[in-house]
Amino acid sequence: MKAVITVLGKDSVGILSKVSTACAEVGVNIIEVTQSVLQDMFAMIMLADIGSATVAFDQLQKKLEKVGEDNNLKIHVMHEDIFNSMHKI
Amino acid sequence: MLETKDILETINMIDNEHLDVRTITMGISLIDCIDSDIDKACDKIYDKICMYAKDLVKTGEDISREYGIPIINKRIAVTPIAMVAGVCQTQKILKFAQALDRAANTLGVNFIGGYSALVEKGFAAGDYALIESIPEALSVTERVCSSVNIGSTKAGINMDAVKMMGQTVVDTAKLTADNNCIGAAKLVTFCNAVQDNPFMAGAFHGVGEADCVINVGVSGPGVVRAALEKADCQNITEVADLVKKTAFKITRMGQLVAQQASQRLSVPFGIVDLSLAPTPAVGDSVAHILEEMGLEICGCHGTTAALALLNDAVKKGGVMASSHVGGLSGAFIPVSEDQGMIRAVKQGALDITKLEAMTAVCSVGLDMLVIPGDVTPETVSAIIADEAAIGMVNSKTTAVRVIPAIGRKAGDELNFGGLLGAGPVMPLRKGDPSDFIHLGGRLPAPLQSLKN
Repeated sequence: MKAVITVLGKDSVGILSKVSTACAEVGVNIIEVTQSVLQDMFAMIMLADIGSATVAFDQLQKKLEKVGEDNNLKIHVMHEDIFNSMHKI
Repeated sequence: MLETKDILETINMIDNEHLDVRTITMGISLIDCIDSDIDKACDKIYDKICMYAKDLVKTGEDISREYGIPIINKRIAVTPIAMVAGVCQTQKILKFAQALDRAANTLGVNFIGGYSALVEKGFAAGDYALIESIPEALSVTERVCSSVNIGSTKAGINMDAVKMMGQTVVDTAKLTADNNCIGAAKLVTFCNAVQDNPFMAGAFHGVGEADCVINVGVSGPGVVRAALEKADCQNITEVADLVKKTAFKITRMGQLVAQQASQRLSVPFGIVDLSLAPTPAVGDSVAHILEEMGLEICGCHGTTAALALLNDAVKKGGVMASSHVGGLSGAFIPVSEDQGMIRAVKQGALDITKLEAMTAVCSVGLDMLVIPGDVTPETVSAIIADEAAIGMVNSKTTAVRVIPAIGRKAGDELNFGGLLGAGPVMPLRKGDPSDFIHLGGRLPAPLQSLKN
């Protein structure tokens, strides 16, 4: 199963590294990353394969949310199908 | 590949614009629980509901977490209890309400609907006893919801039932007077009731339905309003198109949730109900959508036209997004649950007559209206009759859920808390309809009932 990880917040040093480290720790493979910085607002979207993750989905969510809180970012982890069904016919 | 802007749009809808799935409602047939011994029947009902719905709340929470979509309510709708109770030959059918309430408590669902009777053409065994027991049933239970269908386009209006319901609504409010008359907020009187409605308080599991089914009600007035605010629509056609596109996206989400719930619970998927259901939260208001279209305040002249457009566009947008659409599907206008409506009432822009006109073009009827506590049962019956006539003639569902605020008068306020919100007491029209209501009998079905 694939999940979409979105990271929103104020730009700061090392965001990408912190999120990807957290993912790597639990066996989540990042397939694709896009990011944009608009003025000082940072938006990063990652498509990740969580099929071989070592933790359950809700624990992954909690882990990344914690990374978000510690760095003043908003991090969502959502099943990719929600976006596919809403935006594709 | 997913586009960044689409992903951000979805997240923004959920985080800032109150996009949610309002309810996953499991419909359960109780036909096989019928027993002439009321205690046995109640045990069977409790056991069946608890067996079928044991994973409902957990499944809802799991889906909500995985997909990141808030799913606000998990509910149960059952076969109208009057049909189950008919064989019991007892007037003490309150036990059924208590069994339902017990099951709802055990499972952790927030409402269970189906303490209902369908009497549009006449009363069968069990119907009288059920209607008479409603005030007490709603005062001694916490989560049970009740509805009575008193008319239809095919059958006309059962004016004897209309008379009974006026009294029932007032009695229910009186019995729960020390708790903001909350009982009346859990009682709906329908014309053309639908059999697969997932929304409370009017949900029940129709007799033509399967043994068990999953119905989902979507919501999202805040999303529609925000879309209109961001876009710069040049004319009304563009407004309608934008509402359609937004409704499509909202409904796709509902369809996904419905499919997932159906699959995980191994229960057939019934319908998605495409309704715009407001909540008391700021920014989640149907009235604000109408105002976004250019009305100074909801209730001013033009409101009915704007609502007609909204109601129609929601259906057109949603219908392609789901494999089965049903329920009430349209815009809801519950006054106490909608910040914009409350403001309009307080400022004198919206009254019961304008609301009545609006119900001719939206999906339900006079909903969550707080009326003066000294209202006579006959006047409540007459309000019901007016709404039923609109539904009957226009071949649509209409409903009345009014709350007589016992001990309060026009200008006061009643606060239910939670999703039911708070409403100002609204004045009613002058004059006494008693003689008309006491005529009783059956109001004949209109010519449009003869379609064959």
